Amino acid sequence: MTSALAPAPSKLAAQRKKSSEKARGLGSRSGNTIAGIAAWAIGILFVFPVFYMVLTSLHSEVNASTNPPSFFAPLTLQGYKEFFGASSGASPWPPLINSATASIISTILVILLAIPAAYALSVRPIKKWTDAMFFFLSTKMLPAVAGLLPLYIFAKYLGLLDNINYLLILYTAMNLPIAVWMMRSFLADIPVELFEAAAVDGAGLIRTLRSIIVPIISPGIAATALICFIFAWNELLLANTLTSVIAGTAPVFLTSFVTSQGLFLAKVCAAATVVSLPVIIAGFAAQDKLVQGLSLGAVK
Amino acid sequence: MATTTATPLETEAEAKAAKKKEPKPPFNERWLDKRGWTRRFPLLPALVFIIILTQIPFIATLIISFMNWQANYPNEIFFGTLNNYVTVFTDPALRSSVFFTIVLTVTVVIVSLALGLGISLLLNRSFFGRGIVRTFMITPFLIVPVAAALLWKHAIYNPVYGLLNGLLTWVGGPQPDWITDFPRLAIEVQLIWYWTPFMTLILLAGLQSRPGDVLEAASVDGANPWQTFRFITMPHMRRYLELGGLLGSIYVVQTFDTVFVMTAGSLGTANLPFTVYETLYSAQDYGLASAQGVVVVIFSIAIATFLLRTVSSLFEES
Repeated sequence: MTSALAPAPSKLAAQRKKSSEKARGLGSRSGNTIAGIAAWAIGILFVFPVFYMVLTSLHSEVNASTNPPSFFAPLTLQGYKEFFGASSGASPWPPLINSATASIISTILVILLAIPAAYALSVRPIKKWTDAMFFFLSTKMLPAVAGLLPLYIFAKYLGLLDNINYLLILYTAMNLPIAVWMMRSFLADIPVELFEAAAVDGAGLIRTLRSIIVPIISPGIAATALICFIFAWNELLLANTLTSVIAGTAPVFLTSFVTSQGLFLAKVCAAATVVSLPVIIAGFAAQDKLVQGLSLGAVK
Repeated sequence: MATTTATPLETEAEAKAAKKKEPKPPFNERWLDKRGWTRRFPLLPALVFIIILTQIPFIATLIISFMNWQANYPNEIFFGTLNNYVTVFTDPALRSSVFFTIVLTVTVVIVSLALGLGISLLLNRSFFGRGIVRTFMITPFLIVPVAAALLWKHAIYNPVYGLLNGLLTWVGGPQPDWITDFPRLAIEVQLIWYWTPFMTLILLAGLQSRPGDVLEAASVDGANPWQTFRFITMPHMRRYLELGGLLGSIYVVQTFDTVFVMTAGSLGTANLPFTVYETLYSAQDYGLASAQGVVVVIFSIAIATFLLRTVSSLFEES
């Protein structure tokens, strides 16, 4: 825009643009080509195990277990059929449903608790709101094993072992700090004038939440929900300690593949792919906000 | 606020107006004084919930750690013993698990930070298919940790049909049994593969938040790429490196899935979370498991103190 007003626009602008791009590290052609090749090589190296997992899951058991690997063997869905219980073994559906229940309901609870909390930490803050924020953050740093034993004993004596509701309550607590931090950073971006206008018009807390906050931060809510979903879906330590046959989640089910059972590589890879699929979908959907969630909102 | 400036007030009316304004606190503070509870109320459900589910269990862990409580000996439960802590610090197996926890955390965090920095510097340049490569880099982090550990154990490390030995067959190399021969390295490599994407994402966000005008000024002043990196990029990135390192440490200290799946704690790879799980689950020694848990917490607090400082410095800036 400024270049149009400059006396010798094209040359100067080009020069400035070049220096600016160079400064940003987007410069020199040849440098970029080398960087591009290196980046592609590293990217492929990192994604290759995942690619290999999916490829192997689509091979027959015999072709999956060759040495050297047969990359170009014919594709089949046999591994998936085996995983879903074609010939033997427990069905993966109950664990998958348990995981979905625990992850989805805990995520809904997290969001319902986090939005008002974030409101009280940003829009109309309490006096020591930073202290409250850091209290939430510090609970995230308490390792799961810190409370594992009392949670186990408590469940044992109250008959809550192997109960998916107990697990989903714990997942809610596990994800709440992340959600509060993320939600606060989204709420803090809303212009104050909107809230003032709502207050002048006589909107109460519920009304303000429903008509102003939620519509504006709905992309933020979606990202937060996806990240909480991922963490709940991935969790193993609590699930493995507190559940077994009835309420076992998908990661607990996967632990039945820890010891080798003859030719089963295609089945293992199919299992790993199926269980990871929801996380992969959620992760790509939340890609832009992933960093913000993982860094507890510290990095935008 | 303008009324508090030292400029002498010219008319009495103005002075009066100013005086009238002075004692009246701004809208926000009035809310604080009179209706503090309406402010606090929305926070309470989350706060109470989190206190009940994280603080109270931890206090219970602390109490039980001073108890003699083994599930198999229900008649010998009593409070007031330091035996659990004596065991924690004298049992050689436990000392090994403390040691491995430290080695694992330091190795994984430092290597994935270094890799993450290099990769994020590459990804920050413009080249063909940058978005695709970025997506590739994120993917390992989106594999469920148990599934990732299974994948590496069976499909990659397996001595007979694993990918590594398959590739070695092509070049006529040896056929090592990776997990048995290098148990710790096998776990570390898998975790580095999993955590490097995380570090890359955080560091890339840091690189992209570098102030453009400063970079441009450096370029105009003739700074070469190394000088720009050394004197502008690195100082700016310091806190992102700290943040990545500390968050990574918090997560890696808690690693359970990989150890559980790959080695089940054998071959000297039992770390603290796995040991706590085993003491609780197999040995059913509640007192000892609690004392172990408390030791993990002390570790974490040491890291967390630094993390909180870093996060708050980033937090205040934004």
